Amino acid sequence: MSTLDIKGLQVSVATEAGFTEILRGVDLTIKSGETHAIMGPNGSGKSTLAYSIAGHPKYTITGGSVTLDGADVLAMSVDERARAGLFLAMQYPVEVPGVSVTNFLRTAATAIRGEAPKVRTWVGEVKEAMKALNMDPNFAERNVNEGFSGGEKKRHEILQLELLKPKFAILDETDSGLDVDALRIVSEGVNRIKGNSDLGILLITHYTRILRYIKPDFVHVFAAGKIVEAGGPELADKLEEKGYAEYTTA
Amino acid sequence: MSTLTTNYLAPTGREEAWRFTPLSRVGGLLDATTAIEGIASVRITSNQPQVKLTVKSAQNLPAISISDDLATIRAREVISEVTHIEVAANAQLSEPLIMERAGLSGKPQASRTLISCGLNSHATIILNNAGDAILADEIEFDLAPGSNLTFISLQEWSAKAVHLSRQHAVISKDATFNSIVITVGGSLVRLLPTVEYSGPGSSADLQGLYFATDGQHLEHRLHVNHNVPNAKSRVNYKGALAGDKAHTVWIGDVYIRANAEGTDTYELNRNLLLSDGARADSVPNLEIETGEIVGAGHASTTGRFDDEQLFYLSSRGIPAEIARRLVIRGFFAEIVGKINNEEIENRLMDRIDSELAKVEA
Repeated sequence: MSTLDIKGLQVSVATEAGFTEILRGVDLTIKSGETHAIMGPNGSGKSTLAYSIAGHPKYTITGGSVTLDGADVLAMSVDERARAGLFLAMQYPVEVPGVSVTNFLRTAATAIRGEAPKVRTWVGEVKEAMKALNMDPNFAERNVNEGFSGGEKKRHEILQLELLKPKFAILDETDSGLDVDALRIVSEGVNRIKGNSDLGILLITHYTRILRYIKPDFVHVFAAGKIVEAGGPELADKLEEKGYAEYTTA
Repeated sequence: MSTLTTNYLAPTGREEAWRFTPLSRVGGLLDATTAIEGIASVRITSNQPQVKLTVKSAQNLPAISISDDLATIRAREVISEVTHIEVAANAQLSEPLIMERAGLSGKPQASRTLISCGLNSHATIILNNAGDAILADEIEFDLAPGSNLTFISLQEWSAKAVHLSRQHAVISKDATFNSIVITVGGSLVRLLPTVEYSGPGSSADLQGLYFATDGQHLEHRLHVNHNVPNAKSRVNYKGALAGDKAHTVWIGDVYIRANAEGTDTYELNRNLLLSDGARADSVPNLEIETGEIVGAGHASTTGRFDDEQLFYLSSRGIPAEIARRLVIRGFFAEIVGKINNEEIENRLMDRIDSELAKVEA
């Protein structure tokens, strides 16, 4: 059983006008096996929370803490955070020209597992994971995210989630840009991984659509850089009905 | 060309062609008073029955092209023998022909080589340039109609080598010249991959890679002369620089003459600056004397590491130095992959990795 603990997190980003505060004291605790949905309007800071936990250099932490089983995540480099068990499925996965998916996956798995996976079992492992996500085997020979469609990029993120087996996954707007079929495949992938592990999930989304496929245990409403309301799945139903108006005008 | 002997004037550094080159470091190759030994410097290490190497008197084998390059003029002036490599007509080489340098002393030397590809022949030739050298070097390629030559020139010189080289192809009707130039070694390398055409339907594909670290000067000056109708050219050079005073120069001159209707050309140079203190000069130049062409374009970019790529790789647990290596290997993969020889590809990538590690240390 692991715990990801976010306490009073404050984050700023440098702009031309100086530092702008985006997160204004975020408190959130996620335990293994739990699925938390963070929902909020555009510009509320949801993605900043995701990237700050992952350690993107663009964001400056000005207060608060993030710990994983007591270890100070904010003191770790980006790669150390991943090796500690954090995974960020990005909204806009980055193209890496000239680096094949195969090479990338194997390099990442080697780093995370601390040793190179055995060739024979690894090839089968990748094949099976790709098949489960309806991915063409040729996909492995393509360059990372280069020329991928929106759906392919998201499937590739979930493929990594499956192979890297983190303790906690942050899914940042994984539903954006997906049609119904792709959303179903990706969601089924997440549910399958969760069913086979003790994965804790932080699901960041603007729309309730993905919550029909991935059922949250907790729903948090995010507005103006912090959590303004928390509840169970019923909170999502309320948002579906009434939108974010009451949080943004307040 | 030997008539030019008396016209030789050493460059001052103010000439357009020499303004980037540190002339104090060329080892006397451009100095009219330096004693330069002429040698036949190329030898074949993997014999192919359809290829013949002979060393001939320079008088019997004059240059097939005109050059105003001073290093070439100087080389032509001092050599008395030319290495002639002939690929037989209709030869289809199943394996690449491997060549290396021989007789290099590390003192000023000059060398001339002519590679003649017979009618409808098809060959790949790999030239390994390694070790110490102070060499003014000319290689000409005479491509008969319908021939196809891939020439891979590897500059894996030692850290103090000086190499001034012209690699000039004359491409006749329906012939194809593929040049791959890889420069990772040497103190000063100035290489001129140049092309002219002698018949329509001819094609040149010039690709290159250079990686410069501390104090290296690696200069590539391309010149494509579209002097016939319906010829094609592609140029793609990629460079990376790391470390203090690493300097690369890429010049891409493409001329489309008034009679060169139907020309199709594109040239591209991309540079990746990996650290402060390195400098990449990139000058594409396209001159067009006729509008009746298929296409003509050029692009040049020089940039730093993409932090988003590094973040993406790191966020998957990959340590920063391995992530950097992956990105650099990826950047060069497009060119290195064209060599089509796993042993050489691995050797080059390992050298790039280790040079990079030295800079980072």
